[in-house]
Amino acid sequence: MNPSPAASTKCEFSFTVNGEAKNVLAHPMERLLEVLRNDLGLTGAKEGCGEGECGSCSVLLDDMLVNSCLIPIAQANGTSVVTIEGMSAHSLMKPLQESFLECGGAQCGICTPGMILAAAHLLDKKLDPTLADIREGLAGNLCRCTGYMQIFEAVAKAARGRAAP
Amino acid sequence: MTVRHIVGASVPRKEGWDKVTGAARYVDDMVLPGMLHGATVRSTIGRGKIKQIHFGPGVDWNEYVVVSAKDIPGKNCISLILDDQPCLASEFVNHPEEPILLLAHPDRPKLRKAVEAVSIEYDPLPALHTIEESERQSTIIWGSDNTFKTFLVEKGDVDAVWKEAAHIVEGEYLTGAQEQLYIENNGVIAAFGPKSGVTVWGSLQCPYYVHKALMTLFALPEEKVRVVQMETGGAFGGKEEYPSMIAGHAALLAMKSGRPVKIVYDRMEDMAATTKRHPSRTRHRTAVDRHGRILGGEIEFTIDGGAYATLSSVVLSRGTIHAGGPYYWPNVRIRTKAVATNTPPHGAFRGFGAPQSLFAMERHMDRIAQVVGISPVEVRRRNFLKSGQTTTTEQTIKENIDLDRLLKRALELSDYAAKKKRFAEKNKAGTHRKGIGIAAFLHGAGFTGSGERYLNSLVGAEAGADGTVRVLVSSAEFGQGTNTVLCQIAAEALGLPYENVSIAQPDTTVVPNSGPTVASRTAMIVGKLVQSAARGIKETLTKTGLLHDDYSPEQFCAGCKEYIATHGALKSYARYQAPPDVYWDDEKYRGEAYAAFAWAVYVAEVTVDLTTYSVTVDDFVALQEVGRVLHPVLAEGQITGGVAQAIGFALYENVVWQDGRMMNNQMTNYIMPASMDLPPIRVFFEENGNVHGAHGAKGIGELPMDGPAPAIVNAVEDATGVRFCSIPLLPEDLFETVRPEFNEQVVFPLARGTS
Ligand code: FES
Ligand code: FES
Repeated sequence: MNPSPAASTKCEFSFTVNGEAKNVLAHPMERLLEVLRNDLGLTGAKEGCGEGECGSCSVLLDDMLVNSCLIPIAQANGTSVVTIEGMSAHSLMKPLQESFLECGGAQCGICTPGMILAAAHLLDKKLDPTLADIREGLAGNLCRCTGYMQIFEAVAKAARGRAAP
Repeated sequence: MTVRHIVGASVPRKEGWDKVTGAARYVDDMVLPGMLHGATVRSTIGRGKIKQIHFGPGVDWNEYVVVSAKDIPGKNCISLILDDQPCLASEFVNHPEEPILLLAHPDRPKLRKAVEAVSIEYDPLPALHTIEESERQSTIIWGSDNTFKTFLVEKGDVDAVWKEAAHIVEGEYLTGAQEQLYIENNGVIAAFGPKSGVTVWGSLQCPYYVHKALMTLFALPEEKVRVVQMETGGAFGGKEEYPSMIAGHAALLAMKSGRPVKIVYDRMEDMAATTKRHPSRTRHRTAVDRHGRILGGEIEFTIDGGAYATLSSVVLSRGTIHAGGPYYWPNVRIRTKAVATNTPPHGAFRGFGAPQSLFAMERHMDRIAQVVGISPVEVRRRNFLKSGQTTTTEQTIKENIDLDRLLKRALELSDYAAKKKRFAEKNKAGTHRKGIGIAAFLHGAGFTGSGERYLNSLVGAEAGADGTVRVLVSSAEFGQGTNTVLCQIAAEALGLPYENVSIAQPDTTVVPNSGPTVASRTAMIVGKLVQSAARGIKETLTKTGLLHDDYSPEQFCAGCKEYIATHGALKSYARYQAPPDVYWDDEKYRGEAYAAFAWAVYVAEVTVDLTTYSVTVDDFVALQEVGRVLHPVLAEGQITGGVAQAIGFALYENVVWQDGRMMNNQMTNYIMPASMDLPPIRVFFEENGNVHGAHGAKGIGELPMDGPAPAIVNAVEDATGVRFCSIPLLPEDLFETVRPEFNEQVVFPLARGTS
């Protein structure tokens, strides 16, 4: 079940989102996903399941890949959050986006922001990932459209591009 | 410079950049000023009379907008085929999760509490939950006999074949319900104005289905209903008919409140309340000669339609026509029916009846092979349809097909013969058994029989003064590549670069009705019309002397500019014209069922773990003939995606029912394949050409859903020697039948209730 906001009053929380300091007024149990989407207008993270299964709400929280549907805003207080919108500065972003386009890694696109974030996170940790690494790195992100093959290809291609500049 | 041969090249997906940057706008990303959120109060029982509705304490009901059936200005139904499904139940409920009341509030979290505070008293009535219960007719829940639709296909004289038969092979095969599980749940926003009427923005496949349903529900004329498709996060059939329901709900709340209303389901509601693939039961009785050639047979195919008719008759039709597979039946009788049960209506899902009846056919072919004592390869080879022969509906195969060659190539690509031998040797010992299985099948593209004629689709193209062209269709993009492929076809027809062609967002005030985005019809049927409409623009310009035969995009631009300056808008439309040689008899269910078929042979390799009783697919070869491949990357993505869904259908996706309600309506306990669960899916195409579509393309979207399940279960039988006849095939089923301590396994068909 989704933790529903407590009936208690709203509190102020401060955190960094995509490099900018933000203050929001929210119920402590409100989910980070809702704050990002509704209060901050960052709609790149999507709600696919609301229970930590699909990864479409993925964001980076202090450089960890998390499901923002499971994070109460109180827990994000004082952290640094990066969403797909804030990833444009990341050096891997453009190659990943291009390889997703070229290889067919995005069909309906609803899983894509989460998928690309997870892929960037993986490539940050692993310089030369094997197919098994890629499968494992994306294990928390469900895609119903592609059957994953073209996503694996896209991630491998972006990794290769980096290995051989 | 003019780019030649855009068709056949993997150009970038039109809306791709928005998708990879997170900028694409889905309905839940949209907010309107003053917008309320809507929620649905649903039945908690399967069938009964509504006695009383209580609005419980602890909620300030004055804050809420409440809508019941009484607020419906037009007809209380979701207009589709039979108009039997109410938009809101008023007196009786016929399935769990049936909508009864609607609530709206500015604060979304407050809705959940309010929904829980409504309690409804019922006089329960007896309910039916399986095909068998429905057939027994102990109570009548729909019409006079619980039957939505029946079909009878008869070819030759089946009754005469039994005495000639060397073998008579019988079997019963079951398939379960399957959730579409698009990652974006169903959602819409609706607005209402006394002058403008109803406007709906939504996640949907068929804007004009929703348009028609809203006209009926609100008793409004065409021009007072507007439907706009937002970026849609997956559909697979699951957003074919259901969006009419949720759009109606949001629009009713918008009318009553005078404010825009958003309804976006959460995952649990979406899974419990919306449509799924029809559970099915197929019975085969087949007469074969001593060489394994089919002399004739009887096929009985039954699907569980749920509580209302919705699309069951059409799903049944496709299942009926595909029931005989890609084989030649000199004599056959196919009796099919869709029955009513008190579950939420089952609906469209990729494949649309064909994956069900083809599962049965392809399992049964392996059974025939065993009985006759020949290999699964040989039994198929001996029975394949050939050009010039007729299908079960007596459609003559006019195109040049060579299923033998297709099979041969699939066997080579999968290294079938060598593996088969190796596995037989290896399986003598150890806790892991390996197996390999094949499935051969076909999938008809476009609407069945007279369907396309009836749809009468219209497509437009409009040129701007800047020399760009916009395609106008109601065909929706939901991942499969509609935008891209239709733009490729238009660009090629006009000799313009791909970048100079765009496609309008489906909006019923802007685009004509090019028919629903279903039935693998978009590339073939709509594509052809786009080609004609685009050519129409060129012709208009040449006829008025503004363009000559060999032109550059700049000259095209100059022509458009001048035309528009003197005559106004430069638009061209094309309407569907049935090919003259198509004959179809709806009464006898005989004739040309589809304008074209796609053909395929798939090979699955599996490992059965005798310790965990799990089945893993290790390798998957998907070889198909789909006419011309318009966009290799998109086409391959359609196949891998379909195969993955079908692997789920075969091995993972189990809807747990209790009294007509889905109990595991969460992604945590309804399991779809994740990145670690799938084998390499290796996709190959054969191109033979076909005269019907634009550039000879046939449909592709549904085909890959048909073959994997039987190929996998055939492989499991190859590995274990156990004849499984029911999917999903779960570890508990294996546990019951495959025991390592037996070398000779018990062989019996496994029956699980289909509902
Ligand atoms: S929405 Fe967060 S994991 Fe699915
Ligand atoms: S592209 Fe549709 S869910 Fe992944």
